[in-house]
Amino acid sequence: MNDAAANPIRGIEAIVVGASAGGVEALLNIFGELPDTFGLPIIAVLHLPDERRSQLAQVFARRLRVPVREAQDKEVIQAGTVYFAGPGYHLSVEHDRSLSLSQEDRVHHSRPAIDYLFASAADTYGQGLLAILLTGANQDGARGLAHVKQSGGTTVVQDPKEARIAVMPLAAMAVCAPDHILPLSRIASLLASLESSPC
Amino acid sequence: MEKSSDIELRLLIEAIYLKYSYDFRDYSGASVKRRVAHALRQFNCATISALQERVLHDPAAFMQLLQFLTIPVSEMFRDPSHFLAIRQEVVPLLKTYPSIKIWIAGCSTGEEVYSMAILLREEGLLERTIIYATDINPASLDKAKQGIFSLENVRAYTANYQQAGGQRSFADYYTAAYDYAIFDKTLRENVTFADHSLATDSVFSETQLISCRNVLIYFNKKLQDRAFGLFHESLCHRGFLVLGSKETLDFSAYSKQFEPLVKQERIYRKS
Repeated sequence: MNDAAANPIRGIEAIVVGASAGGVEALLNIFGELPDTFGLPIIAVLHLPDERRSQLAQVFARRLRVPVREAQDKEVIQAGTVYFAGPGYHLSVEHDRSLSLSQEDRVHHSRPAIDYLFASAADTYGQGLLAILLTGANQDGARGLAHVKQSGGTTVVQDPKEARIAVMPLAAMAVCAPDHILPLSRIASLLASLESSPC
Repeated sequence: MEKSSDIELRLLIEAIYLKYSYDFRDYSGASVKRRVAHALRQFNCATISALQERVLHDPAAFMQLLQFLTIPVSEMFRDPSHFLAIRQEVVPLLKTYPSIKIWIAGCSTGEEVYSMAILLREEGLLERTIIYATDINPASLDKAKQGIFSLENVRAYTANYQQAGGQRSFADYYTAAYDYAIFDKTLRENVTFADHSLATDSVFSETQLISCRNVLIYFNKKLQDRAFGLFHESLCHRGFLVLGSKETLDFSAYSKQFEPLVKQERIYRKS
């Protein structure tokens, strides 16, 4: 377990985050310290019940200092913005650094799937990607995180001892050795430290 | 340096286009890549190059691959509030036309077609409407022509129908047989099912309304603009364009050529 917060990771161009059960609280925690000058895009999948319209982006927008939006199809990814996947559609990153939506089958009963976001972002950003997998009660995200690692990206999982539900971090640790296993407070300071590192 | 698998994927898509004229070159890459990866497992091919060899020399294998490349995810009265908005905001205007032509582009296995036909029948418009239902996948079109859906799904559609402002019992429109619901064939009396590609074909008729839902998300911007161009050409003055709940004209070159009628429900009108 490296002391990531003390040694800021360099060359990060984008961040992807996945969470399921217990995820709202965990995400508020890790995004809470982001300064309004934060310069990287963050794209998040949080599993939610299949409602047609999600309030997630609004809820986070009220509490964060950075702009928060629900991801739109074909939207060009903007630095310093937090994007949430809406309900009912998978969210992917395209090679031209735009977002796309799709309705393929569910993955581990989930659409949006963390695996799809992570793998497509890894294909686009390679070693410039930081992927963070948090609390959750299923195995979505494990394969995606392994793909990020294979593509040279940096992988972080929430310390399963601390996670509300440890299934998701443990599943990831079973298929790849994440670069960092950290409690939420350390993930938060790691994220906040990224803004000062030159690309 | 480009990854070998990315090179192979491009070559496969090019080979399919050259050999079979199906054009996936301007589809959104991430989704196509996943679907080809899924096909590799189903075909038991170790590499995309191996799959390419198979489909180039075996048209039946290509038709199989096509089933993986197209995504038949649909339901009747999907997004009920969308259909309610069509009923309330679009139908009164459609009623002013003596005859109506509707194009359902990318109709897949027909759920949107039957939904629209039921809505039009209840509004007294079906008899003077011609519906063109088009798709690139002949297997999907065959299924759409049959109008047979699993009874289990139809239960979910029933709730959608009611929320969409349905005026009758949904069961009036189908006969249940074993685990299937066979839809009333008079619903498709005025429906023409046809093979048509938004990527390679042109406009075939003037229309008053075009419904293209959850098709454009699979296209890149360039291909989306091609499709919007076809829709703009086909629609009559002040014609209606309806899209899927996550699709928008906002990022398109055609955003100025249409105006939102019910923005939330993705219902647009030609300016």
